[in-house]
Formats: sequence, C-alpha cells, structure tokens
Amino acid sequence: MTINPTIALGDARVGFRGRIAALDLARAPAAGLPPAELERRLIELGFVEGATVELLHQGLFGGDPIAVRVAATTIALRRREAMAVMVTDQP
Amino acid sequence: MNAAVELAPVVALVGNPNCGKTALFNALTGSRQKVANYPGVTVEKKVGRLTTPGGRSIEIVDLPGTYSLRARSPDEEITRDAVLGKLATERAPDLIICVADASNLRLALRLALELKQVGRPVMMSLNMMDIARKRGIEIDLETLERELGVPVVSSVAVRRGGTDTLLAALDARLAANEAAGPSAWRPPDAAGLRGGQREADRVLRAAIRQAGHLDPRTAKADAVLLHPVGGLVILLAILFVMFQAVFAWARPLMDAISEGFSWLGALVGQAPLPDLVRSFLKDGLIAGVGSVIVFLPQIVILFFFILLLEDLGYMARAAFLMDRIMGGAGLHGRAFIPLLSSFACAIPGIMATRVIDDRRDRLTTILVAPLMTCSARIPVYTLIISAFIPDREVWGFVGLQGLVMFGLYAAGIAGALTVSFLAKRLFWRTTAGEPFMLELPDYKLPQAKSLAFGVWSRALAFLKRAGTTILSMMILIWALASFPQPPEGATGPSIDYSLAAKIGRAIEPVTAPLGFNWQINVALIPGMAAREVAVGALGTIYAVDAGEEAAGKIGKILAEQWPLATALALLAWYVFAPQCASTLAVIRRETGGWSWVGVTFVYMLALAYAAALATNQIARAFGAG
Repeated sequence: MTINPTIALGDARVGFRGRIAALDLARAPAAGLPPAELERRLIELGFVEGATVELLHQGLFGGDPIAVRVAATTIALRRREAMAVMVTDQP
Repeated sequence: MNAAVELAPVVALVGNPNCGKTALFNALTGSRQKVANYPGVTVEKKVGRLTTPGGRSIEIVDLPGTYSLRARSPDEEITRDAVLGKLATERAPDLIICVADASNLRLALRLALELKQVGRPVMMSLNMMDIARKRGIEIDLETLERELGVPVVSSVAVRRGGTDTLLAALDARLAANEAAGPSAWRPPDAAGLRGGQREADRVLRAAIRQAGHLDPRTAKADAVLLHPVGGLVILLAILFVMFQAVFAWARPLMDAISEGFSWLGALVGQAPLPDLVRSFLKDGLIAGVGSVIVFLPQIVILFFFILLLEDLGYMARAAFLMDRIMGGAGLHGRAFIPLLSSFACAIPGIMATRVIDDRRDRLTTILVAPLMTCSARIPVYTLIISAFIPDREVWGFVGLQGLVMFGLYAAGIAGALTVSFLAKRLFWRTTAGEPFMLELPDYKLPQAKSLAFGVWSRALAFLKRAGTTILSMMILIWALASFPQPPEGATGPSIDYSLAAKIGRAIEPVTAPLGFNWQINVALIPGMAAREVAVGALGTIYAVDAGEEAAGKIGKILAEQWPLATALALLAWYVFAPQCASTLAVIRRETGGWSWVGVTFVYMLALAYAAALATNQIARAFGAG
C-alpha cells in the first residue's frame, strides 16, 4: 500500500484532482476568520473529508482566488483560506 | 377582518442561494406578491398569495437564501428566525418547503436535514428537474424521500404546469393539519455540520446516479470567461458595451418622449388659461416631469443588462475576476455585486451589501457605493455631454460622447477605489478581511418573463419616484423661480426678481471658483433630493427665463450660455457630489445611525468641490473659459 502525500489545496495548481483528506485549520493562519468559524464555513460549502476536489481556475494576480469543484458544486475562495483544506491526489 | 384571510396557512420557501427559489416563488404567486421590509431591518420581505387546486388560500413567504440556519448576516438571521417562528411580527410557518436545485443537491440536502430538526412540517421541492434530466442526473424520488425522511416532489418553475405536483402535495400536506413538534435545532458546531454533510452524502449516494460532472456548457464558457487575462478583458468589454448601449440605443426613444412633452407643452401654451396657471402647467409640470421621464429608456436598458448578467450566473464570475483587484483597494470581492448594482442606483446597491458578512467590509462598501455612477446621474451627464461634446468619432469607431461618458464612469470607479483604500487604512488599519467564499452557479438561460418582470418593477419604481418626490420638487422649483412676480413695468427677465435668483446669487461666492452661475446653484439645491431633478430644474429655470420657445431646447441654450469650463466642472461635481437624500436615508437605515451619513456627506462634498474646482481652473488655463 502506497502512502499518498497530502498537500494544502491552497498550494495546488490548476488541474489538480484529488480528494479531501482533512481540514487542518492550523495550516491557514492568515485566514480572515477564527479557525472554528472558518472550519464551519468550509463544511457548509461542502469541504468535507472524502469529497472529490478539482482546481478549475485561478485569478490573474498571484493565482488568486481559485475556483474549486467540490463534489458537484463549484466554489470560489482565496488560497489563504484553502490552505486549511488538506488534499491527496488519490482518486 | 376576514377570518378566511386571517387564517391562511403560511408556507415558507427556504433554500441555498441560486437554487431557483425566487423563480419558483414567481411561478407560484405570479403578480399576487408584495415586496416590503421586515420591521426594523432592511431585509426584503417577499410575500405572495395563492389558491391551491383544492381551493385553499395560502400565504407564501420567500426567505433569503442560505446554506445553514446558523445565521451570519442580517438576511440569514431573518431566515433562521422566520423558520423557528421567532419573528415577533410574523406568523410562524405552517409548512417549510426546502427548495433545491435538482442538479446541485448536495448542500441542499444538508440544509434539509437541519430544517427537519426544527420540528415543523417540512417538504422538499426539487426544482429545475428538466435541467438535471438533460444532464443525465437520475434521481430516485422514492428512495430520496425514504432516506431523507421528508416528502419530496419535483417542479419546473419555468414551465407552465411545472408546479402542479407541488401544488397538489401542498394541498395534501396542509389538509393533514400537522402540528409543529418541539424544535431540536441548535446552532451546529463543526462536528455537527460535518455529521450532517456525511449523512447528506449517504442519502445522495442512495438516491442519485450521477458522476458529479461539471455542466459541459458551463465548463466551456468558464474556460473563456474565467481565463485569468481573457476573462478580465471580456468583463471590461461587457461593461463598455453596456454603457455604449445605455447612451446609443436609448436615443431614438428619448427623442420621441422629449418631442411628446414639447408637443404637450405647446398645446398647453395655447390654452385659454390665466398666465400663472399656464406657466405652472407648462414650465413647472410638463417641462419638469418630462425632462426626467425622458431618461426612462436608459434606466430600462441598464437594469436589463444588470438583471440579465445576474440571471445568466455571470455576476458571481465577475466577483471572482474582480476579487483581487478590489482586494487591493481594501474591498471584498463580494462588494462587486453591490457596487455594480450601484451603477443603476446606490439604494439597491447599498441594500445589497447585506451579502457581505463582515461589518467593516460592509461599511467600506456602503461608504463608496454612492460614488459609482448611478442612473440618476445619466440625465445630467447626457444633457451636458450632448450640449458640449461634439458628436464625432475618434479612432474611427468610438463615439466621442460615449467615450466621455465612459470616462465619467471610470472617474467614479477610481474615486471609489481610492476612498475605500484610504478608509481601510485610516478607519480599520487591518489587512486580513472577511474571506471570499462564493458558489459559482452553473450558467442558465435567463427566462424572458422573469427578466421582463424585474425590469418592469424597476421602471415602475422610477416612474413612481418621478411622480412623487421629483414632481413635488419640480413644483417647488417652479414656485421659487416664479415668485415674487416682477413689478409692473419691469424690463428684465421675470426670473431675475424671483426667490430662486436670490438664493442662487447668495451662494455664488462659494461656487464662483467652480465656474457655476446662479442658475446652476438654483438647480443644485433641489438636486439634493434626487440628482436627476437638477436637469428638470435647469429646464424650468431657463424655460421661465427665456420664455415660450425654450422648453424643448435646454441643451442648446446651455451651450450658448455656459463656457465649456463650467460644463466640465459641473460634470466633475456630479461624479462625486452627495446629491441624493434617499441614498443618505438608506445609509442611515443600513448603518443604524447618523454618523456614517455625516461621514459620507462631508467626504463626498469635499471631493466634489475639489474636483469641480480643479476641472474649472485647469480648463480655463487651457482656454476653455
């Protein structure tokens, strides 16, 4: 069994496909919200462990914000908040 | 009181943003709906009535869209409190309909599970079933109903008869006369939300066969429209076309309206009436109201574009493209939609800032929203541009007049970005703000009917304003310009003896450096009530001044009487001036106090004065005096 490395969604490139492994709020210290609130907002928009993600688009300046396909919904968010979403490229 | 009306059961529509809830509300109630405000807050309250096939009279409430009952904004608080039956002034709902986009069910199912906990009767309406089917999404309604534990019906809001099943189900549910149980709902924590979403995903897997693929049309469109460079270019092009259209397409209609009012004025001019009555009807009423109504075509075109982009699903994309640029100026990406609405009118724009959860981000947006060029400025801009800017083409294809118009819009935007940048540094001194998190809905073909409905209600609101506020201001101006009457045997124009001239001359020392004459001063005062009144006021003043033949030719008269520098300074003034009492009133309501009204008024007045002063002096230096 191979161990797939996990990366932060905030570091992923356009075209990345994978699954959400965990929400790690400590990884997003620059986010505009307290960790507990950011976690709830992410979950409300469907960022739950096991959901498939695909990074579809990014903005012009600093590749920010990003548009992410989460399961069957497309969500736009900034990379600094997406740092809290840990993803693996395992199908 | 009619007992039957009094007891009509209340049915509340709840759902995610973009789920088609409002389309369903429109389909169910048609024109039998009212838009008002919830007491004490500015959240829009949409209530409609309908009679079911079973003859039952129902009151339907369209609640603001949300992902959770865990409210984070004033809108979402209304949704939460209405659902829980905690709004003091509203009856608790007898039935909650959770509206869901059938092609995007996942987040809606989690919300439905939360609604179930409230203890009131709940049912789910799967909207846009036609689109889901076309995309190969198969939903097993029976399984969904069983696994979710809530009755489910399908609906197609945009098709005739598409709500029949829903109506029949409504009848059946209300006939059962279920009582509300105790509410088990508590604001969920992360674990609760996570558990809810896991359960929703389980239900989804059981009831639906779909790969969760992106809508192919949306994917193709976004490849272009969200392209980092191309997307921004297209966004700018859309805005440019919008403003060219507002200027060019409306022209023939505006000319027709203008001629109509001139004809009416001439007709009244010949009527056998006392001089004063004739002057009131012709110069006060017809010239005044006519010069405002003439801008209806432009307002219709602008709202048509804004509503079209919103219905298409493009507005969220525009926010995505603009987020970083707006962020550089200290604005939230979500501020783009309120600010874009402010191009139509700052009032809906300021009210739309409710989508911004963070108070500071929201206040910054409110502060700069009135700087976006609203449609009420169009009359002033149009009048002056068509009088002073030659109608010719530059670079072979762009109209110079349209280009100047675009420049005025750009000046407003630049002003707004600068002010918000400074506000962020001066008032808040923060860098990290509210995160930008927004669903990008699939593109949808707009429905002609709902688009027409939206444009129509905006046009009606404008006409209502023209008929009340603006009309009463016009009458006041006419009175100021007509009284006191010139003494017997006076030789000069009669307006020279009027109260208006006295007021205008009194503030001349203050406005002289701007190049404003007393006629402009007189027009600026009622323009405080609403910007477009200034045009009508100028019309009235010059009509009274120049007599009979002037009514339809304000622009020509201005071109003869004003130096170019004055005209340009007035344009610069109008880019920034806080000339709208209704906007200030809305700011007071939205911010809950007068202090932000004061800040807005003072900073805008200072900007306007500085801009007009600079424009006048520079233009004179270049020989345009």
